[in-house]
Amino acid sequence: MDMILDVRKAGFHYDPVRTIFSEISFSLAEEEVLCILGPNGIGKSTLIRCLANLNPLCAGTIQLHGNNIRSLPPRDVAKVIGYVPQAHEIVFPFPVRDFVLMGRAPHLGLFASPGREDRAKADAAIDLVGIRKIADKPVSAISGGEYQLAMIARALAQEPEVLLLDEPTSHLDFGNQIRVLEIIDRLATEGLSVIMSSHFPDHAFLTSNNVAIMQHGSFMAYGLAEEVVTEENLKETYGVDVSIAYSHTVERHVCVPHRAGQCRCHGHHEPACTGERPVFRASIR
Amino acid sequence: MSETPAEKSDPLRVLYQRAGRIRDALFIPAVTTVLIYCMLPVLVFLSLFIGRYDVDPVHVILLLAAPVVNLLPENVAHIYPVWSAAEANVIYQIRLPRVIAAVLVGAGLSMAGAAYQGLFKNPLVSPDILGVASGAGFGAALAILLSWNMMMIQISAFAFGILAVTVTYLLSRMYRTTPTLVLVLSGIIVGAFFTALISLTKYVADPYEKLPAITFWLMGSLASVRYEDIVMIVPFFFTAAIILLLIRWRINILAVGDDEARALGIDTKRMAQTIILCSTLITASAVCIAGIVGWVGLVVPHLGRMLVGPDYTKLLPVCLLLGACYMLIIDDLARMLTNAEIPLGILTAILGAPFFAYLLGRRSVGWI
Repeated sequence: MDMILDVRKAGFHYDPVRTIFSEISFSLAEEEVLCILGPNGIGKSTLIRCLANLNPLCAGTIQLHGNNIRSLPPRDVAKVIGYVPQAHEIVFPFPVRDFVLMGRAPHLGLFASPGREDRAKADAAIDLVGIRKIADKPVSAISGGEYQLAMIARALAQEPEVLLLDEPTSHLDFGNQIRVLEIIDRLATEGLSVIMSSHFPDHAFLTSNNVAIMQHGSFMAYGLAEEVVTEENLKETYGVDVSIAYSHTVERHVCVPHRAGQCRCHGHHEPACTGERPVFRASIR
Repeated sequence: MSETPAEKSDPLRVLYQRAGRIRDALFIPAVTTVLIYCMLPVLVFLSLFIGRYDVDPVHVILLLAAPVVNLLPENVAHIYPVWSAAEANVIYQIRLPRVIAAVLVGAGLSMAGAAYQGLFKNPLVSPDILGVASGAGFGAALAILLSWNMMMIQISAFAFGILAVTVTYLLSRMYRTTPTLVLVLSGIIVGAFFTALISLTKYVADPYEKLPAITFWLMGSLASVRYEDIVMIVPFFFTAAIILLLIRWRINILAVGDDEARALGIDTKRMAQTIILCSTLITASAVCIAGIVGWVGLVVPHLGRMLVGPDYTKLLPVCLLLGACYMLIIDDLARMLTNAEIPLGILTAILGAPFFAYLLGRRSVGWI
């Protein structure tokens, strides 16, 4: 099988004393959806940033179609990898259409402005995620779910082969979470490879074929969703008891957490929340 | 855009709404575009009639037409000089260079301000954020203190403006954190340092001759602009402005976020360097012929954003035109309002501050 991304013994740290992750190896095939699960602050976002070539690895390699990602010009990487960051505030109220159009940047020369063809492709991406109705609204005036979809549309306008999504469902309400996951699922069946991070184990059953659980700076488990998302693994990851049951109504597995007070686990108890971002990305406002 | 059933059922109301929408779609953009593009030539033309020396308006028109018309063969059309030598002198040696300088300074400062606001993702940034104005101010003050000639004052202002930004940039590279935030902090440090040096220069300056000269220079004026000054800055000015205009679509992406720009394959560091270099060249050029003129680079981009939105492909050209108009109006007021020239820096702030407050009050700027 042809591998798009091949990660070998990847390691990263901002500060040599505190390793974020190390010895992570996996590869991503075409049309594969990989869901990275793990508690807050474990380094999921950092790993995705490394895969998007935003942070250089401190150890190991990431190969994109057999070439080291660091040796490729950023523009060529951007033609293959579309990165959807976590939602953040945008100062200037660009209309959604202009915002999506920015995804055409890797296909345009330094001094070029997007032309008719680029606009058509941006519009196609807008239709693909179903946000045509809000295409002329400023990004500051749309809901969190719509903003997430606009960012996905922008990544799609890049015409990538791989989509990297950093917690695409955080800050979204229940309905929007499912809607976003469904769109991701549909994109995968249409030929895109997807890597997404999430802290909801249920999402692994909803979309992905492969799941990696990140814990203690590495992949604790990696494989098919049904094999990896087990009651034992989830207990160790999140420090709460979880029951996994097969629901005949929705025809898939579901995760049901117990109340934290009812935790049957003993021994080391990981604090669930340790602050998501290792580096505070401040900007003057 | 959901309409309530009541609104739908009333055909007259639907018709009225549709008409309103069509009018909004056609009329408003058309009017603003026409206004924006026509205002500059009209203002340039009118500004030539304004001044303390009384020139017959007919003579002004003839004076302006003469060089063009007289290119034609003499038997087809020719304008014979009916004006006095003094009138010709006022129009061609005083008013015309002054108008050209106002256009360049206003257009340049506005573009530099708009570009910086995108780069720093902050709509409250002005072109002197990295210390160029304080640096240039010190350069000029020092040159005046040392009794250098006009040319050397301008060169010194330009050089120190560039030096201040270079120091800011190098200083920001010493810290390994968020690049834009550290740049702004370094700018504040360097700005404060050069402001202190300006104060020192003023303190030691001869209070009867040099102190007023320094003070007046720092308040900004276009009263003594000559063609030589304009020729001196034009190469820097045009190169920088053209580069900014060429990369303007990419400033959009930078304004959204550094990470996202990098994920879209943009070399954000190179982009930042380019924008800083271009904006600094423009601002230093403007400061060295006009002195320190604040507020233009802050207010005009906001005005532009209200008219055409945040998209830099439209915003930057509009800022260029609006900035030129704004500066022309300010300069016209500077020579018209009183018998003595009012320094530009005072007028831009006195008019700019309330105008800015009004813009914020309208709440249509989007980011508030």
